[in-house]
Amino acid sequence: MLVYGVALLSACLIGGMLIGEALGVILGVEANVGGVGIAMLFLVLASNSKQFKSLTEGAAGDGIKFWSAMYIPIVVAMAARQNVAAAVDGGVLALLAGVLAVVVSFALVPVLSKIGKSGPTSQDGGAA
Amino acid sequence: MDIIETVFVRNNLIVAFAVVGVIMWFSYFLADKLTQGRIHGSAIAIALGLLAAYFGGVATGGTRGVADVAVLGGIGLMGGGMLRDFAIVATAFGVHLSELKKAGVAGVISIFAGVIVSFVVGAAVAVMFGYTDPAEITTIGAGAVTYIVGPVTGEAIGASNEVITLSVAAGLVKSILVMIGTPLVARYIGLDNPQSAMVFGGLMGTTSGVAAGLAATDPKLVPYGAMTATFYTGVGCLLGPSILFFIVSGIF
Repeated sequence: MLVYGVALLSACLIGGMLIGEALGVILGVEANVGGVGIAMLFLVLASNSKQFKSLTEGAAGDGIKFWSAMYIPIVVAMAARQNVAAAVDGGVLALLAGVLAVVVSFALVPVLSKIGKSGPTSQDGGAA
Repeated sequence: MDIIETVFVRNNLIVAFAVVGVIMWFSYFLADKLTQGRIHGSAIAIALGLLAAYFGGVATGGTRGVADVAVLGGIGLMGGGMLRDFAIVATAFGVHLSELKKAGVAGVISIFAGVIVSFVVGAAVAVMFGYTDPAEITTIGAGAVTYIVGPVTGEAIGASNEVITLSVAAGLVKSILVMIGTPLVARYIGLDNPQSAMVFGGLMGTTSGVAAGLAATDPKLVPYGAMTATFYTGVGCLLGPSILFFIVSGIF
């Protein structure tokens, strides 16, 4: 049944969010700490394990794939509801702080990516 | 006229599905005909969304872009945190645990490095503009982390409303720039495999920016980037009003 997959997905998200929220309380932070990331881990574990096969294969799997495929349209809707006007109104300081933070962070991607590449599998290489 | 508005407002989520569907079709059509597929259709769709959000915000004076236009209210639900997180988690379906383990350490390092680097850059810009109060410098620096970390930090350490608003604006600029800029720079920063996507998510941190930026670059990378990015705001809220504020107070 299609809804089994959707229900598994929902359970993962709610479980992850609860843990993320609890982590926030424990750390004394007014934010959900990694709830979505933890939920993703749950789904990865479930889809890689035999016990959950009936919830991730066939029609049930299609229920999860549907939401995965809806991801880009949802992101487009998300873009359309951003407070772009406020970002534009923020003035030079906000613009400069935002732009420089992004530029420096972009530059660090190849530097930090090297840390994960020490393993025996040598991947990509001369793309840049 | 009244009938149309009633039906549209009452079924606003359904209207949103239809409107976004049309935007997607139009964007992929443009990507195909105008750029011969050189620019990703989803990149064009996201850019159109942001453009619409700007005009929506200017026209209504609201904070939710095009979703403040009554008949397009459903965009707010469709693009809101709940469905966004639901769809992000769904993208993890089919991801192999081994890919995650490979970049585990680099991913964790990138989250802390990302928060600290963005904070330092934001704080430096604040100092450049003549701010000398540690609470104000910290809040603007935190805004450069994400537009959630800015106000959370600012309220915790008692910054003025004006500075908090500024920090939100800085965070919004960052988020929007990541959405637009990622597909353009992906090739130059080696963003073409799960490992670098995890590092990318950790460094950038803005969930909406990373979610849209990777979608416009290569949808296969989305789960990896989103996985680390979702820890970023939490780490930012943890470090901002504490260690980072103490360090800034020590210097100024």
